[in-house]
Amino acid sequence: MAADLTGRSNTVAEATTKAPVRLLVNGQPYELLVPVHRTLLETLREDLQLTGTKHGCEVGECGMCTVLLDGEPVLSCLTLTVEVEGRTVTTVEGLERGGELHPLQKAFAQMGATQCGYCTPAMLLTAKSLLDRSPSPSEDEIREALSGVLCRCTGYIKIIAAVEMAARQMGAPDSVA
Amino acid sequence: MASARRSLNVVGKPLPRVDAWGKATGRTRYADDLSLPRMLYGRLLLSTQPHALIKRIDVSRALELEGVVAVITGRDVPVRYGIMPVGQDETALAVDKVRYAGEPVAAVAALDEDTAEEALSLIEVEYEPLRPIMSIEEALRLPEPRIHDYVPAGNIHRLASLEFGDVAQGFAEADYVREDLFFFQGNTHLPMEQHSALAYWDPAEGKLTLWSSTQTPHYVQRALAKALELPENRVRVIATPVGGGFGGKSDPFHHEICAAKLSMLTGRPVKITLTREEVFYAHRGRHPELMWVRTGVKRDGRITAMEFQAFLDGGAYSSYGPATTYYAGTFQTITYRIPHYRFQAVRVFTNKPPCGPKRGHGTPQPRYALEVHLDKLAHDLGLDPVELRLRNLTGPNEVTVNWLHITSNGLRQCIERIVEASGWREKRGRLPYGRGIGFAVSAYMCGAGLPIYYNDMPHSEVQVKVDRSGNVTAYSMAIDIGQGSDTVIATVVAEVLGLYPEDIRLVTADTDLTPIDLGSYSSRVTMMVGNAAYEAAMKARQLIFRAAARELGVPVRRLEARDRTVFDRRDPSRALPFAEAARLAEARFGLISTIGSYRPPQRLGTYKGSGVGPSPAYSYSACAVEVQCDPETGEVKVEKVWLAHDIGRPINPILVEGQIEGSVYMALGEVLMEEQAFRKGQHRAPSMLDYKSPTIKEMPPVVSILVETDEPRGPFGAKEVGQGPLLCVIPAVANAVYDALGVRIDETPITPEKVLKALDEKAKGGPGRVGPERKPDFAFREPTRVERPPGWPHYRPHEEG
Repeated sequence: MAADLTGRSNTVAEATTKAPVRLLVNGQPYELLVPVHRTLLETLREDLQLTGTKHGCEVGECGMCTVLLDGEPVLSCLTLTVEVEGRTVTTVEGLERGGELHPLQKAFAQMGATQCGYCTPAMLLTAKSLLDRSPSPSEDEIREALSGVLCRCTGYIKIIAAVEMAARQMGAPDSVA
Repeated sequence: MASARRSLNVVGKPLPRVDAWGKATGRTRYADDLSLPRMLYGRLLLSTQPHALIKRIDVSRALELEGVVAVITGRDVPVRYGIMPVGQDETALAVDKVRYAGEPVAAVAALDEDTAEEALSLIEVEYEPLRPIMSIEEALRLPEPRIHDYVPAGNIHRLASLEFGDVAQGFAEADYVREDLFFFQGNTHLPMEQHSALAYWDPAEGKLTLWSSTQTPHYVQRALAKALELPENRVRVIATPVGGGFGGKSDPFHHEICAAKLSMLTGRPVKITLTREEVFYAHRGRHPELMWVRTGVKRDGRITAMEFQAFLDGGAYSSYGPATTYYAGTFQTITYRIPHYRFQAVRVFTNKPPCGPKRGHGTPQPRYALEVHLDKLAHDLGLDPVELRLRNLTGPNEVTVNWLHITSNGLRQCIERIVEASGWREKRGRLPYGRGIGFAVSAYMCGAGLPIYYNDMPHSEVQVKVDRSGNVTAYSMAIDIGQGSDTVIATVVAEVLGLYPEDIRLVTADTDLTPIDLGSYSSRVTMMVGNAAYEAAMKARQLIFRAAARELGVPVRRLEARDRTVFDRRDPSRALPFAEAARLAEARFGLISTIGSYRPPQRLGTYKGSGVGPSPAYSYSACAVEVQCDPETGEVKVEKVWLAHDIGRPINPILVEGQIEGSVYMALGEVLMEEQAFRKGQHRAPSMLDYKSPTIKEMPPVVSILVETDEPRGPFGAKEVGQGPLLCVIPAVANAVYDALGVRIDETPITPEKVLKALDEKAKGGPGRVGPERKPDFAFREPTRVERPPGWPHYRPHEEG
């Protein structure tokens, strides 16, 4: 049983070596002291209470925990918090801008791309990353980009349609009144 | 019911789901998103043995670990429970014996997850292994060792044996008889959200509250009360939005009871979230099923008799198994007129995670067998498989040979639409080698006609409250598992009151606050909750209209509600805003709070076993699938799926399409990839990497066709869509593979290995078939003879008032 610096016997988690981390989450700066083995998923959900980020396996198989790290999708369950020192994290909570939903969020709602909704945050963030680098992707590009996120409800069809719809709207600013 | 379709305002419109915004912003709170002050984290210790006596459990070292607050074993929670009254064979933790690898044997509550995890490794369990029973054949052959000793004999859990009409006579009338064997492999729901439960015992109030990702809060409340020996009214279950259920969260589960017990022992909230591996063990998925079917037909393809036998691998516990056993044989008759029908089934116990209800509950397996069998029969007779089916269809307003009452029936329209849309007549048998098209039909119930435990109370109740702000709240125990039950309730209430779905506040799935709904299973919610919501809303509307009529000086019968306004149909300028009308109603009548209750019609059958199958209505589907097969690799690629579904009327067409597309997806996984398989007593692949399921890349285009039949018993004419469309896709794929390559894969999943094996066998002059070779040597008891409805198929029951 390890002990911390005060010599007090401690739980397994409390006894782990901790490290300071600075990160920017959804535009908000944080300075945290986290156990070195703590994942970004745990930090987001438990330390920052950003429970919009989901988990389905915690071993990198399902894609539920996808967040954007400097704009690129990563599996937060396989990312250690100490690794993201000084970097920018975007979660589903950070998609809204000034109270306005992201076009992808509107499209997912309008097209019926959410059913149980559990994969939706990961789908939205992965799709955002795609549209940021490829504003009018082909259906194959959409399939390729989203292939790491599993969904058991929708059969993916309305998810693809929603991404296409959002791409059209983002490419035609006139129609977004 | 409300079948008058005159100018519907929100029903039938492609509006967004009412929960879409919460889900698209990440604000929806699932069970594991919840936490409470001083909350402890629970974990379960799993059996490493498939079948063993527990000789000793020592938890002392775990208890000594700093941060561990409590540890429990089977002796702390010994009371048996189970979803069905006849299946009270589970305990929250194994007592003296484990029956599958992965069964929980101890539970820990600790200050954090890491400590709980560490504590598990400090618990010592000594097992005395017993021979594991791992297959249907072993369970039938080996009476010892017994997995349970409460059943009459060996490892046989349940039996069914029924005969409607006179099968011997029916076969004597046949010009041609064919029999086939099929095997349907087990598979699992794989919801993206792992099961999770948070329990809080309030010692001052003597009350337990459990938040849980469950499809059946009412049944969980009953099971918790029993297992923890608490009065039912001291247990409150709140179902949280379910992140995928598909039937897999319909049983009371170990972690729910353990979290509750640990909270009672510690006085602190306890949360247990299953790991992905544990979700595979929690299972309750598709039964592996061996099936034998024999059918006699006239030369023109008309069926004269059918025998169907099913051997179900139930896994280690009952779960819904007694019902599943009957579902193996119950619904063959709602698509086809079968003049003489014998059905026999046996469910065995094996040392595997318990099987239960997965989307389609017990009916995808027999539907697969039946539809492939009929495809073969059609080929034998030189008939188009569609034509064979058309010659045997049931119709509307008909009672089946096993006494199921069909009201609306759009199967013929579904078939016609599919034949036309898919180009069936041009494609079948005419596509180049390697490409093929397959066809199948299916049907499903709109809610089980009987509750899980016998009672004569309503199955669904809804309360509607209108307050002086004009706010409308609907209370219902229904839980949205993604199928859209919240949207259905809001849409029905909004339609009646002239509002919009987003105007309706919902309080759902809380056993303290909401009136009964039995749960999100058996495709019952639209039918039952929808009808209860309609009734409650109509009563509220009546009060509001009476108050408004007096104010406007027009008769009540001339009033209409639409666009948040109550107005005179003849002179729409005489109008009141809905909120004003609500205030007038409250001033005149007091609190506007109304109720609706729904109970399904009485079943027609009275024989033993007749409780499984009756439903207020049946939905119908037909499907064509086009595949491209690679004879070199054996790979089957689904190019396109056409699916027509008799929905009665859609409450919301986006939701209906979503259920069809999701059903097609899930069916394709089952028929081509997914298997819950075991090796040496252990689950072969309890991870998502190894349990192969389709990704976005494998999903083909789906053409969804909605057939409307205006079901007289459905709310606004609606029927189910959550489960039915899955059923016909599986055999349609198998039939398409035959059309493409001329080989029959008579067991799921249809893997490249099996396709290659069949092609290889065919090349050597064999029949080109992969599938089970013989049925088990098992003597069913003589069937109970049940009289057919008098004058069948022209029998007409007395309509209820």
